[in-house]
Amino acid sequence: MKHLLSTLDLSYQDAISILDTAEAMAAVGEREVKKLPALRGRTVVNLFFEDSTRTRISFEAAAKRLSADVINFSAKGSSVSKGESLKDTAQTLAAIGADAVVIRHGASGAPARLANSGWIDAAVLNAGDGTHEHPTQALLDAFTMRRHWAQLHGVPSAGTDLKGMHVAIVGDILHSRVARSDLWLLKTLGAEVTLVAPPTLLPFGVESWPCKVSYSLDETLETKPDAVMMLRVQAERMHSAFFPTVREYSRRYGFDDVRLDRLDTLGMDNTILLHPGPMNRGLEISSRAADSPRATVLAQVSNGVSVRMAALYLLLSGESSSQRTPQEVSAQ
Amino acid sequence: MTTAIPAKPAPADSPKLSSTGTYLLRGASLLGKEQADLLIRDGVIAAVGQGLDAPEGALTIDAHGLVALPGMVDLHTHLREPGREDAETVETGTRAAALGGFTAVHAMANSNPVADTAGVVEQVYSLGLKSGWVDVRPVGAVTVGLQGERLAELGAMADSRARVRVFSDDGMCVHDPVLMRRALEYVKAFDGVVAQHAQEPRMTDGAQMHEGEVSAVLGLPGWPAVAEESIIARDVLLAQHTGSRLHVCHVSTAGSVEIIRWAKERGINVTAEVTPHHLLLTDEAVRSYDPVYKVNPPLRTESDVEALRRGLADGTIDIVGTDHAPHPSEHKECEWAQAAMGMTGLETALSVVQATMIETGLMDWEGFARVTSATPARIGRVATQGRPLETGEPANVILVDPAARRTVDPHKMATMGKNSPYAGLELPGMVRAAFFAGHPTVLDGALNGPRAAAAEETPWIG
Repeated sequence: MKHLLSTLDLSYQDAISILDTAEAMAAVGEREVKKLPALRGRTVVNLFFEDSTRTRISFEAAAKRLSADVINFSAKGSSVSKGESLKDTAQTLAAIGADAVVIRHGASGAPARLANSGWIDAAVLNAGDGTHEHPTQALLDAFTMRRHWAQLHGVPSAGTDLKGMHVAIVGDILHSRVARSDLWLLKTLGAEVTLVAPPTLLPFGVESWPCKVSYSLDETLETKPDAVMMLRVQAERMHSAFFPTVREYSRRYGFDDVRLDRLDTLGMDNTILLHPGPMNRGLEISSRAADSPRATVLAQVSNGVSVRMAALYLLLSGESSSQRTPQEVSAQ
Repeated sequence: MTTAIPAKPAPADSPKLSSTGTYLLRGASLLGKEQADLLIRDGVIAAVGQGLDAPEGALTIDAHGLVALPGMVDLHTHLREPGREDAETVETGTRAAALGGFTAVHAMANSNPVADTAGVVEQVYSLGLKSGWVDVRPVGAVTVGLQGERLAELGAMADSRARVRVFSDDGMCVHDPVLMRRALEYVKAFDGVVAQHAQEPRMTDGAQMHEGEVSAVLGLPGWPAVAEESIIARDVLLAQHTGSRLHVCHVSTAGSVEIIRWAKERGINVTAEVTPHHLLLTDEAVRSYDPVYKVNPPLRTESDVEALRRGLADGTIDIVGTDHAPHPSEHKECEWAQAAMGMTGLETALSVVQATMIETGLMDWEGFARVTSATPARIGRVATQGRPLETGEPANVILVDPAARRTVDPHKMATMGKNSPYAGLELPGMVRAAFFAGHPTVLDGALNGPRAAAAEETPWIG
């Protein structure tokens, strides 16, 4: 693995390797001194063309826990806002000596462009590109689900996958990079996925995707999924006639109190509720649902640091991902 | 670090010319059929036959193994001048055209200023005459500034020295149905044609690629086939209603082919064009996110490519138009969404059509001459182009080596644009010679020299 651009291209082997390494990294996060010397002297640049405080500080924490030098490059107020091209930015970072570039960009494919153009030799990590992919989000979601799934089956999570798990992803699939990355990765790990959305918010040709598609959240809940991932809905979609009103969307596709109680009625004691954040409380998820014990929102955030540590470590350690065990990593 | 920059094709220091303007092409296969000699003198084909004697002062060219064809006529070229001389000029674009086997190109109107007045079309026309590589026929804009709001002075452009007959807002769709109707009606007064860029603007707001399975995975906003087909359906009905002549630029979907087939069966006066790239490439190429594949209309699917090839073979689609669209490299060295749309095509059109239509058995060289020369000349009302290879006809003739193969290298092209989607690809066919009005612009596969600007501009409207 030279870059982490998408989960569509991520092999089962590499996915398990990242998740297992993340388990070892999580152990570091529980120590008093939350730091490994693994990336000492290496430079990680957080290149953010879109605002995303959460993802940026997660990557920053991950890189710092691995002792890397971190440079935060925000496009706002920089030369980029004066019209500097991606090429010039990339070549500047190369000249500075960046070993890894974590890129968040509004244009789908910008990380792939950076990785394949020859402008810079660094490892490229996609931190979300347009409506394409957000692979580290998917990895932290899978990490969170795997811990839950392994615990249910009474086994340690390292080395296991999501075979047999049923996951519903609900909301604006069309514009969601999280949904795409989640779907490909969950399929790779053996889970079954149902996408739930109004037909206007599903991509053209979704029938060919390796999943079920439903227009009804209530019918999907009847099938008793083991995990429900609620996606953030953008109110501005309303102006493009994707749905009539925010309230109608919320009634039909929001995870409200009634639906939360329905999980109990249906006997779904072990179903968890995920959200990539930031949440619109009262829109796609009710406050009670978000704060319920089913919700894994905060666990997702802390798992995000572990997963990003694992990704940075595996990309920069210069070894094939499968050659190193998590024990070796934490023993450093 | 220095990188060797390959020399661009340039005219020979001392062009090979016959002092008497007489050229004997020996043993060419006419339209890929019988072998014959062609004698060119004073700008016309003076004789066609076996074992012709070489007149004194004639330059004899061994054309055995080569196919003689009428010079290709492009109905759809972006020469970028005036306005974007960093992308292409009339000089560089027409050099590329000559090397690609063309003897006439239609320069699209989306220059800056837009070619929406007699002044601008006359400027482009004059630049073409001065360059002397091919006939340059300016296309006039349908609406002022391509804005789609009010008609440009179509009559003034038609009556100008440029004698404009093709009108197009190419790049933009004349989407207002009333305006389109009026344009179709108005150009009847001077036997003009409206060449429509069929793209429903609301359905393609922000569109980046063909809407289909690939766009869904890549997360790029889709350009649905229906946005093209709905405009074509409307326009053929308008053409029927007004009894006008309609040309559809760069048809890209299987559904569009069906609508045009339906319209032709009803006797509607519509012609249609396909680009070489839509005959070869599909949206699968976009998975690389390399903007060299970004073009409008976008690359479609395998089944669309198949339908376009069959449509061209059976005459539903009348012509091949390159939509040659050079861009400076900075417009392609960026994120996909920011990149400009378009690809170069003049110097690869013949090869791509040979690969997709002739080597697949769908078409022979006679058919090639029809779709690349005779029919586009007729649509554009260019009387001296697209003529048969017969005695007394204007000597716009090319010699093609169908057995040649080459690996495409944009740096070896005459166009300033490096945005060829075929870079690195091996393609068949090569233009060995081109005669423009009896003058050898290309010899031995290289630029020879331009035709001297005629003191008196030749009228070409028959």
